[in-house]
Amino acid sequence: MNDRPPILDRTDLDQVLRSLADEVLALPWPHDPATFPWLVGIRSGGVAVAEELAAMLTVALGFAPQVGALDITLYRDDMWLKGPRAAEGQTALPGDLTGRRVVLVDDVLYTGRTVRAALNALVDFGRPRAVALAVLLDRGGRELPIAADAVGHVLAVPPGDKIQVRCDARGRLHSVVQVPVDAGSPAKVVSP
Amino acid sequence: MNAPSTLQLRHLLGLEELSAEQITALLDMAAQMKAVNQRRIKKLPTLRGVTVLTFFVENSTRTKMSFELAAKRLSADTMGFSASTSSLSKGETLLDTARNLEAMAPDIVVIRHSSSGAPRFLSERIGCGIVNAGDGAHEHPTQGLLDLYTMRDKLGDLRGRKVAIIGDIAHSRVARSNLHGLHKLGADVHVAGPATMLPPGVHALGCTVHARVEPAIDGADVVMMLRIQRERQGNDLIPHAHEYHRFFGLDAARLQLAQPHALVMHPGPMNRGVEIAPEVADGAQSVILEQVENGVAVRMAVLYAVAATRGLESQGA
Repeated sequence: MNDRPPILDRTDLDQVLRSLADEVLALPWPHDPATFPWLVGIRSGGVAVAEELAAMLTVALGFAPQVGALDITLYRDDMWLKGPRAAEGQTALPGDLTGRRVVLVDDVLYTGRTVRAALNALVDFGRPRAVALAVLLDRGGRELPIAADAVGHVLAVPPGDKIQVRCDARGRLHSVVQVPVDAGSPAKVVSP
Repeated sequence: MNAPSTLQLRHLLGLEELSAEQITALLDMAAQMKAVNQRRIKKLPTLRGVTVLTFFVENSTRTKMSFELAAKRLSADTMGFSASTSSLSKGETLLDTARNLEAMAPDIVVIRHSSSGAPRFLSERIGCGIVNAGDGAHEHPTQGLLDLYTMRDKLGDLRGRKVAIIGDIAHSRVARSNLHGLHKLGADVHVAGPATMLPPGVHALGCTVHARVEPAIDGADVVMMLRIQRERQGNDLIPHAHEYHRFFGLDAARLQLAQPHALVMHPGPMNRGVEIAPEVADGAQSVILEQVENGVAVRMAVLYAVAATRGLESQGA
């Protein structure tokens, strides 16, 4: 780990999560427990965001949205660049996907390649009624025609810099650190 | 960047060459693949554009089918080539045949051969990823992995678990792969069989050798029965199938010696009434058909690891 000061701390993250929750509530879908979208976090970074988003939405809605997790390891387009890699975990959806609305949740939206993989992974579990994308942070730099429907915060980041969304020991979002491209940091890469 | 993944695998020739960490990484990936095999859309896009050639110089319908299904579920293209339909029966050497196959540019060749070492021979001479689907009396690594997967799935960590392997240890590539794999994962392995079927020096593979079956099975967590390969050894090594069953076969009474939760395993095809009694083969403790199911998942994990490692290396070249 490096001791670089965070660009966002937990207080900032509370505000970012509130903005994200407001944008999810503004999606043109009914706020009804039976049809409210599942919040499906993309492993690994999106899962903590989906859980905290669900907690925040529970207060606003008066019921708890259902949460899932999606592993996209075997759907990535960089296998030939990076070789085989272990999965982040199992995909766990709350039930039969067909006919459901889904909000895909990730921590950082960058090239869009992760989201492309996630859409392909998701539809192998069924035919959702609709899918939206919610991201904690949008750092720009898209390489595919993909946009988020709900964004917590927009960051201006030079290409190549790493944005690390860190969690505490209990898996709760803790801070966001920006590592410049020339830092040569051996830290684990969290963003795509 | 991240350290090289423990899933990197240029070829799979045997479990002898793998570390415990590599075996565990493959078993973890197989768990992902098994989840895919249990959903309605049993398909991943992972190996699109990869060609897998099954080269079976010795017949094995179910292993071949298992590999082909594994490749197809990963979206690879598959071609089959077997001894009876090939020019090997017209006198072409193995290497010439393999070079012709290589000219068709497969990424992975899955080979089954009656000669120990044939997969390694090819891996040193042709530029494809080689996966050993059983070579002579040497190894059958994907069978070993699917057995380990099945045990770990049912029992959790295999450290200290007693595993009894009963039968023709000397001629069994299944036993050899299991011995290597189980030893690396820390299991307590016991083997038993007729003296003619216990190879000299087998204890060097890290197991306890018994002349009688009862002490091997006593308190075991797993009882793995090996096939008596009547087509291979004729009847030279055992006097009679009935006699073999009486002294070394697994029936309900002998299974009582093992733990109540003990798993009954068999790599198939079974000789009912020889190495295993029907009431045990079909009993509540039998996981024999789960082994077959897990075989597809394990082979998917192996094909993924070998194909993605080749991809990585072709980038570096």
